[in-house]
Order: sequence, then C-alpha cells, then structure tokens
Amino acid sequence: MNDFSYTQAATAKEATTLRKDTPTAAYIAGGTTLLDLMKAHLQEHPQLIDINALPFRGIEQTKDGLRIGALETMSDVGEHPLVLQQFPAVSQSLLLAASPQLRNMATVGGNLLQRTRCGYFRDPAFPCNKRVPGSGCPAQDGDNHNLAILGVSESCIANSYPGDFSVALAAFDAVLTLEKGKGKQRHVPLTDFYRLPDSTPHIETVLEPGELIVAITLPTAVPAQRSTYLKVRERSSYAYALTSAAVGLDVQAGTIRAARVALGGVGAQPWRSREAERTLVGQPATDATFRAAAAAALQGAQPREHNRYKVELAQNTLVRALQQVAAG
Amino acid sequence: MLSDLFPPAGTPQPEDGSRRSFMKQAGGILGLALAPPLVSQAERLTAYSKVIQGATDITLRVNGQAHTVRIEPRVTLLDALRERLDLTGTKKGCDHGQCGACTVHVNGRRTLACLTLAVMAQGKEITTIEGLAKGDQLHPMQAAFLKHDGLQCGYCTPGQIMSGVACVQEGHATTDAQAREWMSGNLCRCGAYPNILAAVREVATQQSKG
Repeated sequence: MNDFSYTQAATAKEATTLRKDTPTAAYIAGGTTLLDLMKAHLQEHPQLIDINALPFRGIEQTKDGLRIGALETMSDVGEHPLVLQQFPAVSQSLLLAASPQLRNMATVGGNLLQRTRCGYFRDPAFPCNKRVPGSGCPAQDGDNHNLAILGVSESCIANSYPGDFSVALAAFDAVLTLEKGKGKQRHVPLTDFYRLPDSTPHIETVLEPGELIVAITLPTAVPAQRSTYLKVRERSSYAYALTSAAVGLDVQAGTIRAARVALGGVGAQPWRSREAERTLVGQPATDATFRAAAAAALQGAQPREHNRYKVELAQNTLVRALQQVAAG
Repeated sequence: MLSDLFPPAGTPQPEDGSRRSFMKQAGGILGLALAPPLVSQAERLTAYSKVIQGATDITLRVNGQAHTVRIEPRVTLLDALRERLDLTGTKKGCDHGQCGACTVHVNGRRTLACLTLAVMAQGKEITTIEGLAKGDQLHPMQAAFLKHDGLQCGYCTPGQIMSGVACVQEGHATTDAQAREWMSGNLCRCGAYPNILAAVREVATQQSKG
C-alpha cells in the first residue's frame, strides 16, 4: 500500500468536514474491502478517516420494524435474535457470506459499498470503464461467466454489488439513512441506492461526496418473517454467489397474499423483481406459479457467451427458494 | 439444514470498553467552526482530531503485554506482529483476506491481521498463536492438532488453530457439518481438512463435557 495519513473522527460532523477538506480521502470502518483494494492499487487515498467511534450502532426494535446501525458487524447483525426472528433471509444472507473472520470485521454499512469481483476491474492491466471511465469493457466478449445478465449496458456487465446482504435488503424494502454532516439526514430506499451502469459504470450509488451511511431500517412484514435466502455457488462455502434468491411469502389457505423477490448474482445491482411478485400474488402456491414467476423475473435477461447458464440457474434458484418458503 | 449450520447462538458481545475509551481520548476538540480560514490544513486537522502521519510510536497489547512499535499508518497488524515484534507465528498467506493464515484474536474475536491496520488495533487485546500455550503446556487445540496430525506443510496451521479456538468458543463446532462451515475461512492447500476437522471437533466435544 502507498502511505496515507490516518485520522480518527469523533463525530459525524468531524468526519464529513475532514472529508470535505480532502476530497480524495476515504472513510474506513471494517476495512476489509478498502484495504484489499488499496493493496491492489485499485483505489489510492492520501488519508483514511476512521469512523468507528461514530454512534452508528445498535440493533433496535422500532414501532415499524428494525433499525440497524451501519457500524454493526455482519456477525452481530446476522446472529441477532431480532434479525433471526423477523428477517430470517437477512440473517442468512449475512451468515452465508464471506468467512467468520471477515464477518467479525466487516460492518453492514461497508458491506453495501463493496466493489465488483469482475476480473477486468480487479486487474489494472486491462481496460475497465468502471475503473478508468471510457477505457472499454473487455468483459463483454471475454471471461464473463460470473457477471450480470440483468440491467447491464454496453459499458459494463459487472454485478457491481457482488454480495448477498443488499439482495435481502432489496427484497424486504430496507431504507438507508444517510448523513452529510451538520446532522442533516436523508432516507433512501435500498432499491434506489444503487445506480445502473448505463454509460457511467464508475458511478455506483447515489451517495454524495462525503455522505455517510448511518443506519439501515427494515419494516416489519409477514413475508419478511417467512423468508429465506438461497445461495448457489461454485463451492459450498466462502464463495460469491453465481445466483441467489431472497424470497418471502405470505400464504393463506394455499393462496399467495404477498410476495417479496430479489435476485443476486444476476443483476448489475441487487435485483428486486416486482414482475415476479406480481406473478405470484393472488395465485395458488404451486410449482406452476413459481415457474411462471421465475420466467417473469428473467424475462429481460441479456446473457453473454459464458453466463448464459445463469438464465436457467437463476430461475431454478428462485423456484427452489419459493418452494422452501411455501413448505414452511 | 441451514438452521443446523446457523443456530441462533448467543454470541457473547466483545469487551470493547477499552476501545471506546481510547476513541474518546483521541476524539479531540470540536473547534472546527471556529478555525481561522487561512490556517494550513495540517494545523487544522491537529486542532480537532488525532492525526497519524509517517512513522509514529504506537502501543499494541499482544498476548497480555504492552509493546511500543514505530510504524506508518499503512502498516498492517500482520506486518507489525511479524516484522516489528518478531511474532512470526502468525503467517502471511494471500495478504488479501482470502486464506485465513493470518487469523488472530482481537478482543476475543477471530480477525484477519492482514486487513487490520496496526493503528486501529491500539487499545485492543490481541492474542496470537504464541499466546495460546501456558509455558510448556499446550492449549487443548494445539494438542489436538498434534494428536490428529492436522497439518502437512504447517503454514496454515497457526491460523487454523486460532480459528479453531474461536470456533469452539462461539459454539459453532457442535457437528461436523457446522464446524466445516464455520472453519471455511481457513484454507489448507495440502488438504489436511479431515484431520483439522477431527481436532476441532474433539476439542468441542471435550469442552461440552467439561
């Protein structure tokens, strides 16, 4: 790593002011993504601002749901009784990700900002529109077996967020609290937080310069309580998803009253599928319904040479996840 | 099946009072708004928070002892342990958080030393493989690795043992399948997994009886 200066911020105001003074500075919390990228020289920062002392903590019951401080670790959130009881799919998305050591270190706020595992992004010898805007995208006709098939563009086919947690958050209507200092906060639904690549794949979220993620709010809902996260990967643990599905169902007398569906591994961003949800609601909880929903979810897929398999794999992943939830 | 691997275990919260009090001390003065506009940036930074730039003396608590080391902010805990404190038991494998060879305990939780900045480990209790044995008496996990031949080349072994100790303490080694899942962050390219698993499971069984 190239050297940098290190500063601890005691308050959000201090952190955002430091960041304003040095726009190329970066915040550090768990550091598991940032230090990896800095060692690989994919990101360089003259200053790191440690935000671990900020009061963005706690996992609390509110009258509408749960509020999770952005600085809580993946381990603590994944194993928290309130999360396990009310949002099993969210808990599973955390505990099926990374390794126990990384989950002890990584914060849930930082998790949302991890970067793509596209090999062309990770290797500075190659052009990459995400890393060097306008340089090109060798992934389009290169090794794209683990890349996205929904929401992609001619500029980029990376799954910009390669993880699991945001997929579950997308399914269950999570809202992020963001702050730019001065105590001014705004609320952004997770499904509006990520930006599709279009012609600007280097702009990945709606976070403004220096803005911090303060908390994640999850609203209580029946389908969230009856939910699961199913992850399919090349080895059975400690690997990114090829495809995944976060689903929740409210089934009464055999009929689906409410449904939540999001897919991982296939979208340029965590992929909420309202098409699949519309196909499910009002229908009997049967395999035929699940198959129709899966077909609807993948309808707009734009696969390339090596990731064509994901169209079928993602449908099967979604069907199996729906079967599991319906079976209770 | 998932519920077998991920039971709602009551994970104890880490003792982090020391870290918080350290942060408070380092917190500094909230005089920013009053800072004169023309003062240089370096001066302004020092006015309201602790800045570490270039080689600086810091104190690390490792295996119960305080050590002062002179490091730049970019130095990882792994390099500080190996290169400054001569604690070379903790191994550098991938140096990118993918292999688990550098696993140590920070405030009792298993952590990757390669993705931890030494400056951010100040005020925390760090335990390395050198801190497990009591004199000549091996930690039960070390003894179990010897008994079950849980290694071939031995390079991943310190990380495996540190991870195994934590895995048992967390209550995540109650079945073979669960122990495999919760040890998956430690890779062994020799493929000693069956023997590593036997060692971890034996200690878990001993401790559940004891």
